[in-house]
Amino acid sequence: MNDSLKSLLAKAGPFLGLLVVIALFSIPAETREFFLTYHNFKTIFTQTVIVAIGALGMTKIIVSGGIDLSVGSSIAFTSVVGALLIQQGWSTAPVVLAMILSGGLIGLLNGAAIAGLRMTPFIITLGTLGVARGSAKWLADNQTVNYESSPINAWMTTADPFGYALPAGVWVALVLAVLTAVMLRNTVFGRHIFALGSNEATARLCGIPTTRLKICIYALAGCFFGLAGLFQLSRLRQGDPTVAVGLELDIIAAVIIGGASLNGGVGTILGSMIGALIMAVLRNGSQQMGWPTYFQEIIIGLVIIVAVFVDRLRQGKEKV
Amino acid sequence: MTSPAAATLRLDGIRKAFGATQALRGVSLELAPGEVHALIGENGAGKSTLMKVLSGAHAADAGTMTLGGAPYTPLNPHDARLKGVAMIYQELNLALHLSAEENILLGAESARGGWVDRRASRERARAALAQLGHESLDLDRPAGAFSIAAQQVIEIARALLTKPKVLIMDEPTSSLTQADTELLFAAIGRLRAQGVSVIYISHFLEECRRIADRFTVLKDGETVGSGDMKTAGLDRIVTLMTGREVKDLYPRIPHTPGAVVLDVKACASAPRLKRATLQVRAGEIFGLAGLIGAGRTDLLRTVFGLDAADAGEVCVVGAPAGAATPRDRWDHGVGFLSENRKEEGLMLSQSIADNLTLTKHGAFGRFGWIDGGRQRATAQRWVDTLRVKCRNAAQPIGQLSGGNQQKVALARLLEHPARIFLLDEPTRGIDVGSKAQIYQLIGELAGAGKAVVVISSYLPELLGLCDTIGVMCRGELAAVRPRAEWSEAEIMRTATGSAGTT
Repeated sequence: MNDSLKSLLAKAGPFLGLLVVIALFSIPAETREFFLTYHNFKTIFTQTVIVAIGALGMTKIIVSGGIDLSVGSSIAFTSVVGALLIQQGWSTAPVVLAMILSGGLIGLLNGAAIAGLRMTPFIITLGTLGVARGSAKWLADNQTVNYESSPINAWMTTADPFGYALPAGVWVALVLAVLTAVMLRNTVFGRHIFALGSNEATARLCGIPTTRLKICIYALAGCFFGLAGLFQLSRLRQGDPTVAVGLELDIIAAVIIGGASLNGGVGTILGSMIGALIMAVLRNGSQQMGWPTYFQEIIIGLVIIVAVFVDRLRQGKEKV
Repeated sequence: MTSPAAATLRLDGIRKAFGATQALRGVSLELAPGEVHALIGENGAGKSTLMKVLSGAHAADAGTMTLGGAPYTPLNPHDARLKGVAMIYQELNLALHLSAEENILLGAESARGGWVDRRASRERARAALAQLGHESLDLDRPAGAFSIAAQQVIEIARALLTKPKVLIMDEPTSSLTQADTELLFAAIGRLRAQGVSVIYISHFLEECRRIADRFTVLKDGETVGSGDMKTAGLDRIVTLMTGREVKDLYPRIPHTPGAVVLDVKACASAPRLKRATLQVRAGEIFGLAGLIGAGRTDLLRTVFGLDAADAGEVCVVGAPAGAATPRDRWDHGVGFLSENRKEEGLMLSQSIADNLTLTKHGAFGRFGWIDGGRQRATAQRWVDTLRVKCRNAAQPIGQLSGGNQQKVALARLLEHPARIFLLDEPTRGIDVGSKAQIYQLIGELAGAGKAVVVISSYLPELLGLCDTIGVMCRGELAAVRPRAEWSEAEIMRTATGSAGTT
């Protein structure tokens, strides 16, 4: 009884954090009027999409005991690829597919290098962070890639202030979140990701093909990062090789705030999604309070530390 | 035996509760100067709690402790050390990148104004090592470059720096070979001669009998008996510990070896395994003895495909010949139990159910899906069969005791199901009750026609359990004979390469 209460509390932890953050911005006079409106939440959801989709990929990687620092660069790279293909007159479906696959390709290379060369993910993806960013600039000839128009541009818009429909990006993120959560929980692939992150030696001993598994994880996560690049393109309406610098840290922070452990073996999609929302709410609320961006950065930095500290208190002495 | 006034350490009626759990309910113990005192009891009997009270990590709820005649109430482990009670934990606590000297002096560096006084440091480290008879140890080598046995010497030397009156050693031989154990005993003997009292905690009763002067048995948090080690029979001690007769420990379940199922021909794997040839039959228990580093674990890992074979051939009867991965071996019906539960055997943060079924997740559903309910039900069945103490099959396995973790690790092989069991140190560091249960299980497996290979550093166990014993020495399987042709002494002679060649 006591234990089930504890585990319920553990699961509800990030959610309570989200409620606290929302409550904080609902009280001050500057934001009270507008903050709790449907339209503002539509904006917050839309602002969460890119980090949320990135976090779906990153959760898999972090649960498997890895890390990917090249996400921001991957997003820039795929958005440039997408913009160039639209320029070339490709139709929407092939462009979308190509963007997802180009993200997947970077992930595949990451996974192959990590598993094949037996190097730590931190080093490999620190390397591809530079390689992907440089390639994006090279492809784009060091400037933004502009195009006439594309249906993709409409997928992240919140232009109509009275409309109730959420933009396509939010729906895509929601559906993928459900699918990924089910995948991690109920499939052999998902449980093997947990096994790999919890104890790689045990996974090997029990006959799990760890090399192949790692490559699959990074490649699949890469596809998610490619998709995040798609919505980045949709938001900017141009391919920008200098976009999303440092975004990987926001994504990692969302996953960690959501209760995942950087040691691997622990993490949930629901937690990561709430983590992404907490960050978006903080940004949105700070803007409405009129706080300068440096102040937002300080707050988000502190929230990460507090969230992980509270998480450790909640888990008691299990973690040493 | 000792008059109360002369006792170095006296415990009287020590009680300690955690919430509703009464971990210690009246422990008394008396330790004379220069006495080696064995503290014996099953896991959960309260040994660790008692040690934590003694070393200042916990405060007792009731009872008195005196050290050298004066009341002794340590505030914390550091305070306990200063007062003269030092503790050597089962898991070594060394900074592996620092040198032996730096490790010995860690936290007690000789310094003048913040600068390390190198000469004084060296002298103190040497003096501590000399006390143990290891003055020739290379103080400049990083601790990680030493063998486990030498690392333990470094750890003990560190404890000796504060000139303790009482040294507590928790399972000091659990990762040592017989030869290293001898060295440790020699060191303990020197400490005894210098008047240092030692509390020696071990599951190995034969060891306790060899090294200890007196013993105290704990059961359910109480002292149930104590006495003179030399005159007490082991049977009596085991009965005190468990309420079970000692002859029940090794079951004699009738089994007859049948056809050969595992055929290893001149197998080698760099760097340690030089050459091993053996055959294991269905319904046979095959023991592998040898010193640590002799290549026993390497042999099983090579058979299982965890290490690549450089030469020779491993043939699992009924499976295709040639190199195999662990996945292939599981498919061939071979199961492997790692000697290292925490680092290799189990995923400590994951549930009992996930650990137990990891080799066959795909079998609990179709098209890559897992039916969690069926998976947990299967695990629960084994939990019930093997009497694993836990809340339910969804509990993270890291929260269980060592013996219960080991039962789950074994259940993985049973559930798979394997027909050839490769068990590396299956009873290391677990309580007598769980040990008896695992011996029983191994006997039943052989009775059911499974082939079992057991590595153990504990010779009475191999002699009590196995049909055939192979002894490894310096990477080679030196001799394979029926159990009746082996004795402990003969195994040691072969393992150390000092047996005559006949």
